[in-house]
Amino acid sequence: MAVLPYLLVYLGVVVFVVAVAARFVMWSRMPMHVRWELYPVAHEGGGRASYGGSYLEIPQWWTARREVSLWGELSAMVPEMVFLVALKEHNRRLWTRSFPFHFGLYLVAACTALLVFAGLLQAVAPQLVSGVVGRVLGVVIPVSGVAGLVLGLVGAVGLLHRRLSTPELRLFSVPADFVNLLLFVGVFGVALVTFLWVDRDFALVSAFVANLVTLKLVALPAEGAAAVLPALSAVLLAGLTAYIPLTHMSHFVGKYFAYHAIRWNDEPNLQGGDQEGTIQELLGRPVSWAAPHIKGDGTRTWADVATEDTTK
Amino acid sequence: MKSPSSFKDFSRPGSPLAHIEVAEQIPLPPPFDTVDEEPGMRPLSEQAREKYEVLDDTIAVSLPKPQSKEEEERLVGQFLSGLKKCFSADDNWTFLQPLMMSVEHCAKCQTCSDACHIFQESGDNLLYRPAYRSEIIRRIYFKYVKKASTAVHGDIELNWTTVSRLIELAYRCNLCRRCAQTCPIGVDNALLAREIRKIASQEMGIAAREIHQDGSVLQLKAGSSTGMTPVVVKDNIEFIDEDTAERVGFEVTTPWDVKGADILLIHNAGEIMAWPENPGAFAVLFEAAGLSWTLSSEIAAYDAINYGVWYDDVQFARVAIKHAEAARRLGVKRIVLGECGHAHKALTVIADKVLTGDLNIPRESSMTVLLDIVRSGKVTFDPSRNDFPITLHDPCNMVRLMGIVTPQREVLKAITPPGRFREMADHGVNNYCCGGGSGFAIMSGHNFSDWRHHLPGRRKFRQILDAFQGEEMDVEHPKYVCAPCSNCKGQIRDILAYYDAWEKAGIYYGGLVELMVNAMVDAQPGFIDWEWR
Repeated sequence: MAVLPYLLVYLGVVVFVVAVAARFVMWSRMPMHVRWELYPVAHEGGGRASYGGSYLEIPQWWTARREVSLWGELSAMVPEMVFLVALKEHNRRLWTRSFPFHFGLYLVAACTALLVFAGLLQAVAPQLVSGVVGRVLGVVIPVSGVAGLVLGLVGAVGLLHRRLSTPELRLFSVPADFVNLLLFVGVFGVALVTFLWVDRDFALVSAFVANLVTLKLVALPAEGAAAVLPALSAVLLAGLTAYIPLTHMSHFVGKYFAYHAIRWNDEPNLQGGDQEGTIQELLGRPVSWAAPHIKGDGTRTWADVATEDTTK
Repeated sequence: MKSPSSFKDFSRPGSPLAHIEVAEQIPLPPPFDTVDEEPGMRPLSEQAREKYEVLDDTIAVSLPKPQSKEEEERLVGQFLSGLKKCFSADDNWTFLQPLMMSVEHCAKCQTCSDACHIFQESGDNLLYRPAYRSEIIRRIYFKYVKKASTAVHGDIELNWTTVSRLIELAYRCNLCRRCAQTCPIGVDNALLAREIRKIASQEMGIAAREIHQDGSVLQLKAGSSTGMTPVVVKDNIEFIDEDTAERVGFEVTTPWDVKGADILLIHNAGEIMAWPENPGAFAVLFEAAGLSWTLSSEIAAYDAINYGVWYDDVQFARVAIKHAEAARRLGVKRIVLGECGHAHKALTVIADKVLTGDLNIPRESSMTVLLDIVRSGKVTFDPSRNDFPITLHDPCNMVRLMGIVTPQREVLKAITPPGRFREMADHGVNNYCCGGGSGFAIMSGHNFSDWRHHLPGRRKFRQILDAFQGEEMDVEHPKYVCAPCSNCKGQIRDILAYYDAWEKAGIYYGGLVELMVNAMVDAQPGFIDWEWR
């Protein structure tokens, strides 16, 4: 019986990894699409990104060296990921709920990573855990964990309240939207209760994670609620982690492609360049659009229908 | 005001879903700030209401009402078939990834709504909320294509009422993508509107007449959506050359079909018909700068328009290839697009993933070529000839969707006296659409132009009036709205005429090259004649 919570957490992690990988593969394997960028494009160099300019502002742009700024891209991406800058700028009221929610998730993820790190450290270099490193982890882990859970909980309740109390949000909401937020409230709530009631120093949950990473699937050295709640919290968090990429909340994967493959994808197709072969392949794909001006029959290709005589 | 109150309303047959009371709209700035100054919106005729499906106060597509239940079911089936093809990597490789992104990830946060000029000018009418249309197509997809749970993705009933209203509603969006700019996740409502138009056109053969039958089809057949054949366009340009020569005081000759020229210049042919001073001014500037250039008299290549960008990928590709083929046959080194925003985006950006090999000839904006002329010093300008208030409209296609922001501003700086140019708020990549985007500027069936002026165009008119506040608002004090895009110019002309803004406030409009020639030292003064057309 002591093995079950560990197995469930492993399962949750596996589902998460597989689902995220599947999402990533799905987005990255999609065919090249036509350019559909939207300015400002953050990586544009020459100071043009600041006002939304592009290399198309340069006379005979194809003769100029392209200036692409990784720093420009990072300086737009990182604040957007961490602080949700677009939402802050365009929807401040929602941001006051959404930012704590997302930042709470980041902190919980960071806390989990540190727990894994501490567990591994305990296994391979236990002398470090009893030193300064251990003392730092002993502070950072509970602080990040509790802060994350509180922020996440406050944010989830705030989002739930806003979705229920704002007519235009409520109209667009479906049962799953409420269920998703309630899941966060429930899971984070259980984890907070665990902390407040039985695990103020995160010792039990640390032990659980250390067991997880070292494959020691044994019961925690506790009794009653103290034996159940840390494992329950871990299982629920793992379940939530597995659930997220199966829903529209997988936008943390999609958003990367939304920016890099669509919004900021301004890579020109230059004559004789790498893209031409791919485009030729795409133009050779069959068309089955049935309207009278196309008459796609599934055998004629894009190249066929795009070059047919239209003067008759 | 009348508005739908739910998603169920959308599928329920009956009276129109929305109605806008002009008197309830947010007032315009002075001197148009009283209801008396507001022209009313003409109602739809009874005949139109009986014959066509009606969504709101107007009709864009003129969808005839089906005559039988069987016909309704056939049309609904066609729509569903088209929707499925939108998610095919063969039929829709062109937009599959952006489409999937917008279908899968909307958080329904409504951040996009405040960015939409149509929604705002409608008084926040649900029908025009950008996410409303998107949510409907999303629900149809998940319920009827993916067979997914309605508890997860929302419910909607798919019937002819839903389909016909959705097709009409796709023509209540300017496709300006201002809403997409604000989306924290990257969802693009404009793209979804365009995909709905695409399903209607590419699968059902349904599109707004002005952009399909009288637009891309005519262009591909006769050479131009204006109906001009190669012979007629050459005649017209010859006349324009003569007229321009009289205006500037020296001979002007537009070259045709010059093999090996450096530049193939392609105008929006609407300029040739409606604003001949624009191609005339281009000829003056290009000749004065000593550029090697030509026009082409090949079918479709003397008209830069490509209406396919608004509704149909196949029509888009056909026109783009015609343009490139003409350039290849002439052996030019580059194609330069005249003052036409959607033509800029169509041939430079979107066709970038269509043209390969010897058709992949570099394409460039006229804005950068004009800037080059200014910088070269080959043409001398006297800014004092443009001593009147000027503001600049940023065409969405050229600015937000291509990042061409500064060249036109640098040109204006060189040809206007200090303090005469003022920006609109918002401007640059945050600009508002003129209201004519996505084909609206050329659509005026039934009472569509009234709707266009009262909703999509109203924000631009508001911006123009705001830009000129503090000036004397009468015809004795002319002011100039510079719109370097043919469709935008048409829309701005229409809205200024609708409100009689020339007579009442002295607001005139035109392109960028007209201002340049107006300031050209070697030309006679007065190229801009301030005669309302």
